[in-house]
Amino acid sequence: MREKKPALIITFPSTAAAMEAESFCQEQGLPGRIIPVPREITAGCGLAWRAPPEAEAALTGALGAAGLAWSDARVLEV
Amino acid sequence: MIYLDNAATTLHKPPQVMDAVVRAMTAMGNAARGAHGGALEASRTVYNTRVKLARLFGCPRPDHVIFTANSTEALNIAISGLIRPGDHVVTTDCEHNSVLRPLYRLEERGAVLDIAPADRLGRVACEDLEALLRPDTRAVVCTHASNLTGNVLDIARIGEMARRRGALFIVDASQTAGALPIDMEAMGVDVLCFTGHKGLMGPQGTGGLCVRPGVEIEPWKVGGSGVHSYDRRQPREYPTRLEAGTLNGHGIAGLSAALDFLQEVGVEAIEAKECALMDRFYQAVSAMDGVTVYGDFSQARRSAIVALNIRDYDSAAVSDELSETYGIATRPGAHCAPRMHRALGTTDRGAVRFSFSWFNTQDEVDEAIRAVGQLAEE
Repeated sequence: MREKKPALIITFPSTAAAMEAESFCQEQGLPGRIIPVPREITAGCGLAWRAPPEAEAALTGALGAAGLAWSDARVLEV
Repeated sequence: MIYLDNAATTLHKPPQVMDAVVRAMTAMGNAARGAHGGALEASRTVYNTRVKLARLFGCPRPDHVIFTANSTEALNIAISGLIRPGDHVVTTDCEHNSVLRPLYRLEERGAVLDIAPADRLGRVACEDLEALLRPDTRAVVCTHASNLTGNVLDIARIGEMARRRGALFIVDASQTAGALPIDMEAMGVDVLCFTGHKGLMGPQGTGGLCVRPGVEIEPWKVGGSGVHSYDRRQPREYPTRLEAGTLNGHGIAGLSAALDFLQEVGVEAIEAKECALMDRFYQAVSAMDGVTVYGDFSQARRSAIVALNIRDYDSAAVSDELSETYGIATRPGAHCAPRMHRALGTTDRGAVRFSFSWFNTQDEVDEAIRAVGQLAEE
């Protein structure tokens, strides 16, 4: 397994919201990619956005300004 | 074969629709089920198709575009998820059984149903519909265009009436999605139900409903959602709330390609061509002795359908003759529109429905005119 590193994990209320966020982040040149939601957040099987921790303010700020929905944003060792 | 049964399904699809389905079947995993490349390819395709549909129909939010297998499923979800026993509902004689049967079933469970009548031309007067509205009317459910006559209902006006009375407005756009302009916001539509395989020119097994934000539809189907797996209840968020189970991702990929084609050609251009073909056919056959055409052709805007009968012949026999002798595909019988046939006085033999698409030609129409003319002379 890969070595765990701190990462910003943003979760979403639905897959549609995750896809909307992915599309937005790619358009805006914001860092990160879609991953399966880590177990630390939920044992479910949804999608999350993984990005460098230092991108938290930029990402959440941009998502918020665009009116896009997300459920949770936190830094985890994943 | 000359295919003039496009109101049942458009047989001729843009080639890129087939290409997209084949590509999807070789590359796509299951949407919203995992984050590997194939699953994400599916999730992205599904989401992008929501965006295109929201844009096409004026739905404010892509995540309020819900996929179903067809219009019937969409209408069942909307009707059973919004109307409860004891509620008052208004519909029209123009409806397909995909509206009528869910409403009849609700009526058996205690809902109160009123139906606005159609006249001999298959027209429903907005005033008649408005007179049925009550302060406690929960919803108006009506088609955008009759699948039998092609008559269009003034849904912007009906939507305004419904909104003024505080009633929800559910529209069956099976015959018009992709063929006529639709703007949910401007027309006051709360739930727009559509199919993917008719005017949208996508694969069968695709369809859906667009829900105005704030309209809360209770799901009749619950199950796998790809998210919140340990919750006992279906997630409340749209579209997941109404999409239990694996989506028809391959079909949706085809629908997405069809929407690109529609965007490229333009709904207005499609409407103009289809209606020109319909008008050419109508002008010729309506002047023939022994041919009875149904519907209101004085309408400025209508669905590209001409329903007719020849002399006192059974519509099934005429349709079979058209197919066997002339190679022309039409649809006879009742068209799942029992109340409209009663209004037209055609329950004894149905009618032969000719319906036109973007891919039909004037030569095909002229061949159909020639065939009807010969049968009318016999």
